[in-house]
Amino acid sequence: MDKTVATMKPGEAAVIAGFSDEPLSVKLLEMGFLPGNVVVFNFAAPLGDPVCVNISGFDVSLRLEEAATISVID
Amino acid sequence: MAVERRLRIALVGKPNSGKSSLFNALTGLKQKIGNFPGITVDKRTGSCQLNDYTEADIIDLPGIYSLYPRTLDEKIVVEILTNKKGPDFPDRIAVIADATNLRNCLLLLTQVIDLGLPVVLGLNMMDLAAKSGLSLDVKKLSALFDVPVVMLNARQGFGIDELKRQLAGDLKPSGKRIFDTLNGMGSAVDAVKEHFKLSSFYEAFQYLQQPDNLKFLSGQEKDFIKRVASEHSFFPHKYQGAETIHRYGYIQEVLDAVVVKSAKQNWKVGTNRLDQILTHRIWGYVIFLVILFSIFQSVFALAQLPMDAIDRGFADLSAWLNARLPSGPLFELISNGIVPGIGGIIIFIPQIAILFAFISMLEESGYMSRVVFLMDKVMRHFGLSGRSVVPLMSGLACAIPAIMATRTIENWKERLITIFVTPLMSCSARLPVFAILVALIIPDKRVFGLIGLQGAALMGLYLLGFIAALLSALLLKSFVKNTERSFFIMEMPTYKVPKWSNVGFTIVEKTKTFVLQAGKIIIAVSIILWVLASYGPKEVMNQARQVVREQTTNEQLTEEQFENRVAAYKLEHSYAGTIGKFMAPVIKPLGFDWKIGIALITSFAAREVFVSTIATIYSLGSAEDNVTIRNRLKDEINPETGQPQFTPAVGFSLLIFYVFAMQCMSTLAIVKRETKGWKWPLLQLFYMSGLAYTSAFIVFQLLS
Repeated sequence: MDKTVATMKPGEAAVIAGFSDEPLSVKLLEMGFLPGNVVVFNFAAPLGDPVCVNISGFDVSLRLEEAATISVID
Repeated sequence: MAVERRLRIALVGKPNSGKSSLFNALTGLKQKIGNFPGITVDKRTGSCQLNDYTEADIIDLPGIYSLYPRTLDEKIVVEILTNKKGPDFPDRIAVIADATNLRNCLLLLTQVIDLGLPVVLGLNMMDLAAKSGLSLDVKKLSALFDVPVVMLNARQGFGIDELKRQLAGDLKPSGKRIFDTLNGMGSAVDAVKEHFKLSSFYEAFQYLQQPDNLKFLSGQEKDFIKRVASEHSFFPHKYQGAETIHRYGYIQEVLDAVVVKSAKQNWKVGTNRLDQILTHRIWGYVIFLVILFSIFQSVFALAQLPMDAIDRGFADLSAWLNARLPSGPLFELISNGIVPGIGGIIIFIPQIAILFAFISMLEESGYMSRVVFLMDKVMRHFGLSGRSVVPLMSGLACAIPAIMATRTIENWKERLITIFVTPLMSCSARLPVFAILVALIIPDKRVFGLIGLQGAALMGLYLLGFIAALLSALLLKSFVKNTERSFFIMEMPTYKVPKWSNVGFTIVEKTKTFVLQAGKIIIAVSIILWVLASYGPKEVMNQARQVVREQTTNEQLTEEQFENRVAAYKLEHSYAGTIGKFMAPVIKPLGFDWKIGIALITSFAAREVFVSTIATIYSLGSAEDNVTIRNRLKDEINPETGQPQFTPAVGFSLLIFYVFAMQCMSTLAIVKRETKGWKWPLLQLFYMSGLAYTSAFIVFQLLS
């Protein structure tokens, strides 16, 4: 299985490789999710969804389905 | 010195960048909220003296991350910034950036620069940036973008004077162009640029990217743009992505040059620690419920005194006017129709103001984002979003500002469902009705020595409204089609101590919304209802005195009791009374008689009118207190059964009816405006009335 932000664990860091959903990717890019940047998984909400991640010092929360469109390399 | 120059200045920046603090600091109390022509987005404007001879009209535009909008409100920004002939096109722009998140904020700056607009960059939250250990070469930043840069701490008012000076100065568009060419799409942009005679590459690019969001373009012009886009194979998403990556590349180069020392890794340690508790799998929800409960309690506790005072004040004013003004229909309209109508609006201000004070504090502190985060998954099961929590909470005060608060919900389906179910949340207008009915049918006893039965019943009614809202959302979820993608992506701001003046401005804003939006409809409806309730077939009304005199010859009535009986007789035979009697067979299965029928009709102005109607119809005079009304209702005998009219069955049926029924014209008007048509408000009216009728029917039949 490909690794995505949705499969990361709290405290884990990884490098963004790409996006699998074009309309969503433009929104993610705007928020600073750039290929090659490091994304750190902060924590998940109590029910496992949404999740909170840090991208270049910026804390963002996303739904799991959104996080799953960001593929990462660790 | 006289003002010689007026400038229009737009504030743009991302949410949580301290833009509202800055707007409040610049304009103080000289602000007003209006509408942008043709659409329903709030337009916050204010005036500000920049220097001795320059006055500025400042427009606070909705918070955005980029010119590509995500929500309804955000669409206005790109439209205003590209509509050069528009009435709101700014002479100058201040881009407000959060210095602790510079990278994300500069994206918008580069877009504004590329539109060729004169811009000043305000670096806000410099205090936090300094605390984080960040050190910037501001001069170099200014040189690299070719725009003036002002360091700000809007919360403390630091840097405001310098910002005013820069905005009033000789401000030219930046000479830089960050994104002005891209392989393979130049021809489309050139065609649009030439056709519309645009001055910048990026303006033409924006025309191609989002023609539908630029409302000033005619249908023909939009068709032209779309034709050009398809002829030249212009792919909006692809090019938008390429644009963003290009801009971030440039921004990274600038940051590499200007960041002398980067922020320490652990500067957000306080926020992180708080998050560990506040979003904890158990404590997170416990804390949220405790906060919710405390807010709820405080709203009632704090609002009681001012509400009683307003209630008494208006009753006295009405009575005073009645005594002083000469008799005649116009004066009666003033003292009995308009004055109580205005009182019926003012009385809700304390509750609304206090609830919004709390909501605003939660938003200012950054906690509300955590609530959205915590609740999103739960709410999604019901077709709602985490962002629905704020509107639903606001609905406890008044559905009108609550429905307007749904504009932050990006997805149309989630937003529509939130709008649809928000009026089921028990608003402050239902409380007076609940209070009197609960006191009537629930004994004032305590269980286990602490839980008051009446308090618990009241709490239960609020809970019932909430559960009905959730279940209705669930029902609606399967009927409404999802026509657009749902994006949740949300910034989690750091925790801050709320800035009290911002809280104050929010209170004023929300209260104004309520008074202006709901107020005019409530006044209009109360006047109509007053006419219906005061007039009837002429001969019957003229004989009222005589008939009552004959009916009561054997009773020893005081002058006042007699007058009250006349008033009751007149109401019974008025047009409203006729309608009430006409309705009687329909509401009989719910246990309601024609007297309650009249009260249901008059409730359409605002629900709490129920109480005063009941007071009039039971010959009590309008200024009586709740205890008198309650005792009178207890004594009321049902002529058919010879038993008390207000049995628990009737009381519960009536309570349930008021929990569910849509009895608020103002809400329907707002829903019509927000959903752009009559379809949804009418569905809402039929759904809620149907729900109220059916539930009241079941309750009455089960209990009696």
